[in-house]
Amino acid sequence: MSVLEIKDLHVSVETDQGTKQILRGVDLTIKEGEIHAIMGPNGSGKSTLAYTIAGHPKYKVDSGSILLDGEEVTTMTVDQRARAGLFLAMQYPVEIPGVTVTNFLRTAKTAIDGEAPAIRTWIKDVRESMARLRMDKSFAERNVNEGFSGGEKKRNEILQLELLKPKFAILDETDSGLDVDALKIVSEGVNRAKENTGLGLLLITHYTRILRYITPDFVHVFVDGRIAEQGGPELADRLEDEGYDRFLTESNVG
Amino acid sequence: MPTEEQHGIKEHSDGRFGFVPVQTRSDRFKSVNVADFAPVTGREAVWKLSPVAKFTDLTGGDLDGSVYPVESTPAADITVVWVDRDDSRIGTAGAPEERAAANAWSSFDQALAITVGGEEAKEITVTRAHLGSAPRGAHTIIEAKPFSQAVVILENVGDARLTENVEIILGESANLTVVTLQEWNDGAVHLANHFASIGRDARLKHIVVSLGGSIVRVNPSVRLAGPGSDTELLGLYFADAGQHLEQQVYVNHDAPNSRSRVTYKGALQGTGARTVWIGDVLIGRTAAGTDSYEQNRNLVLTEGTRADSIPNLEIETGDIKGAGHASATGRFDDEQLFYLQSRGITEDEARRLVVRGFLSEIVQQIGSKPLEDRLQAAIEAELRGTEEK
Repeated sequence: MSVLEIKDLHVSVETDQGTKQILRGVDLTIKEGEIHAIMGPNGSGKSTLAYTIAGHPKYKVDSGSILLDGEEVTTMTVDQRARAGLFLAMQYPVEIPGVTVTNFLRTAKTAIDGEAPAIRTWIKDVRESMARLRMDKSFAERNVNEGFSGGEKKRNEILQLELLKPKFAILDETDSGLDVDALKIVSEGVNRAKENTGLGLLLITHYTRILRYITPDFVHVFVDGRIAEQGGPELADRLEDEGYDRFLTESNVG
Repeated sequence: MPTEEQHGIKEHSDGRFGFVPVQTRSDRFKSVNVADFAPVTGREAVWKLSPVAKFTDLTGGDLDGSVYPVESTPAADITVVWVDRDDSRIGTAGAPEERAAANAWSSFDQALAITVGGEEAKEITVTRAHLGSAPRGAHTIIEAKPFSQAVVILENVGDARLTENVEIILGESANLTVVTLQEWNDGAVHLANHFASIGRDARLKHIVVSLGGSIVRVNPSVRLAGPGSDTELLGLYFADAGQHLEQQVYVNHDAPNSRSRVTYKGALQGTGARTVWIGDVLIGRTAAGTDSYEQNRNLVLTEGTRADSIPNLEIETGDIKGAGHASATGRFDDEQLFYLQSRGITEDEARRLVVRGFLSEIVQQIGSKPLEDRLQAAIEAELRGTEEK
């Protein structure tokens, strides 16, 4: 059974105003097959956690560690982390000029697996996943994210999640900017991926909306760079009713 | 009819003291005689984006116009011979609009004539590998007889300080592809003007591939002279640190129902990598039913590069099918790299993936499989070359 462990993680970024500390001691353990939701107000450090796990160069790990099945992740390059089984579905996926979705998916799959996928089954897998995510066939020949709407970009992220089959996926505000139909389609995709591969999920969201379609096993409330409270799905309901005010008055808002 | 004032042909009241700008591309001064052009200052429209100080020998000095070694692959119904200056084809496709071209025209002893006959498809590669590093002027004629078809590859390697004119003449219903491939040595300077004249229902595919050389400027100028004539002008360039790669494309729709497509794509990588693309399209009064589109795309891979991209469209008749242009210069940046790496792709592979994808649109249209494969390999080598530096 795979485990992703985050231990006493401290992370900072360089800004024009100097070094700014964002994560102040995060502890979190996710096991294969578990769904963890991280909720919190804007600026609490949720996305920083996501990008730090993926290895974005902007974020500096000052102390603590991230272990994937006991292996230290923080010293790995971005692509090594992906090959080790981590996946980040981004909030704002960038456009890649000159690279078609087909070409990109095949290159990524080959990189992750260490060998090219068998052509016939691969084409079938891609086609079926796209159909389930209600992505038109023409997407395959378009450049990655180029001219995609917000909802199309998110579907393209989930398409990759389904096809690359990571051990752990972090979904960074995948629900933001989606109308209810798109939200359902995307959520179905995530649930399907979990059913098929038994991956562990870290669901980062500001709202409880997506949790209606993806049921978390654990909910963590993120405030001021650390986990302020954790519980089961009922905690999400409470946040839906009360908002984050209760936490904000207890901490320094800055 | 628009008045002269509306056209701006008449002197403006903005205090430019008698300066009347050239408004129509076809009205530019032309001459085959170098003495008819004033010395180049770098302020001329045709030179203002070029490093003119680096090739004063080509724009002003004496040139070696003697014949040079040429190798060509065997091909049925294609002849490659040197012809005298009084060959009747010389001057039929166009004439110089600037001093380096006129200097070449005034200097060449004999012209290299590649003549395509026969109706079957065929391919020839003509290689120049020994031009040397002394300033040189040259003239080439490529003639496709009526109903002939061929792929003509002009391969340029080795050293060069060359200014030249290439005339491309297509007879009725001829179908010709011309690929000019610049893979010069690092220090080479190459200024070329290609003048094409396309007859009735004939089709020219013209492809400029510039990879090697210090300064490479290839300016294709195509006149769609016969009704129903058609041209596809493609370009692919990859500028490394310190390299200047330029192309000024001119399409003159001068007959009814002609069609043109211009697509140039370039990548820039390394400090001082510089590219220039100017695309002029003129749809003349006689060119009813014209269908025209031009585009330029540049991909910037690193800091410290500069890409100029200037499309111009001039339309003198309202009765056309379509005319459009597009230009875009985009970056491959750290966020794109992060995105690709986060899907398991290594940094080197990510860069290759993006450049290969971007440029392959042009490579795939060349129509010669061996050359396509070779160019893919050359692009890979360009990418590796800069990684090693």
